[in-house]
Amino acid sequence: MSFLKQNRAALLLLLAGIACVAIGVWRGEAETVFRKAVNICMECIGLG
Amino acid sequence: MGKRLSFFRRHLRTWVQICFAALSNGYAAGFARGSIYKGSAKLLCVPGLNCYSCPGALGSCPIGSFQAVISSRNYQFTFYVTGFLLFFGALFGRFVCGWLCPFGLVQDLLHKIPFVKKLRKLPGDRWLRFLKYVILVGFVIVLPLTVLDIVGQGQPWFCKYICPSGTLFAGIPLVASNPALQSALGWLFNWKMAVLVALLLLSVVVYRPFCRYLCPLGAVYSLFNPVALYRFRIDAQKCTQCGACQRACPMDIPVQSAPNSPECIRCGKCRAACPHGAICSTLQRAHRADGKTI
Repeated sequence: MSFLKQNRAALLLLLAGIACVAIGVWRGEAETVFRKAVNICMECIGLG
Repeated sequence: MGKRLSFFRRHLRTWVQICFAALSNGYAAGFARGSIYKGSAKLLCVPGLNCYSCPGALGSCPIGSFQAVISSRNYQFTFYVTGFLLFFGALFGRFVCGWLCPFGLVQDLLHKIPFVKKLRKLPGDRWLRFLKYVILVGFVIVLPLTVLDIVGQGQPWFCKYICPSGTLFAGIPLVASNPALQSALGWLFNWKMAVLVALLLLSVVVYRPFCRYLCPLGAVYSLFNPVALYRFRIDAQKCTQCGACQRACPMDIPVQSAPNSPECIRCGKCRAACPHGAICSTLQRAHRADGKTI
């Protein structure tokens, strides 16, 4: 019980994080991340 | 055996950093072929600043992913990447910086190199620390959202103009192993190399200059330090305000008064230095004077 009380904010943020990831997947954002991540990012390597 | 165990314990954080860097960049074939991993693990963000164009990277960089989504035509905000940041931040705070970030490891190793005069901090440190928040807001959020090309597409400004991790772990190995990329080198690569070299040299003199002053991911996680599941606590009955913790802290934090400072990367040197065992983490049980745990 005291663990829940002492870490209420962290646990709420943790749940909010999981919910946000789920919403992001539902909105199709994961696909955008994937598309960017599997191609060489020219900006990241300093080519443009 | 005892000596080996003691050596391992003393360097536990370095071993964890090395193992995590190797694990999150475990696609060895990428380094040999000059290509990058294209598997489904890249759907997930890793906790640290780890460029997804590093030939070995198995996951996605949260800062790069954040910019990729908000600079695309379809989205103005990313729930997906924000969710990962909330998740890692709520669990660890800046423990990620101290233990799980590959570029943090590089800076740690460079700072072990002896130098004539090591600095505790840079002149203007108090103000320079805010620079990482300016970079977070400016280069990671505002510029990718607002500076658009004719088709409504933004750019990853932080990755393009600042990120030294991308230059070190992605730019250099890819350019070195790919002749087609070598022919495309220009002023931008030279600029990013200059930023990288300046930060690497500075890391020898000052502890973790990039994490202290420039890293937008550190800026995000710093906001979670006071509330994350992993925090530090001071036992007021044991603390004598001797200041040993601050002297041991490489980030120069007054740990006795601010154990959950936004600057703390949870390296644990303060805990090891405290002669009274007054600092403990939320994961540890407090030790009673008779040695039993409570």
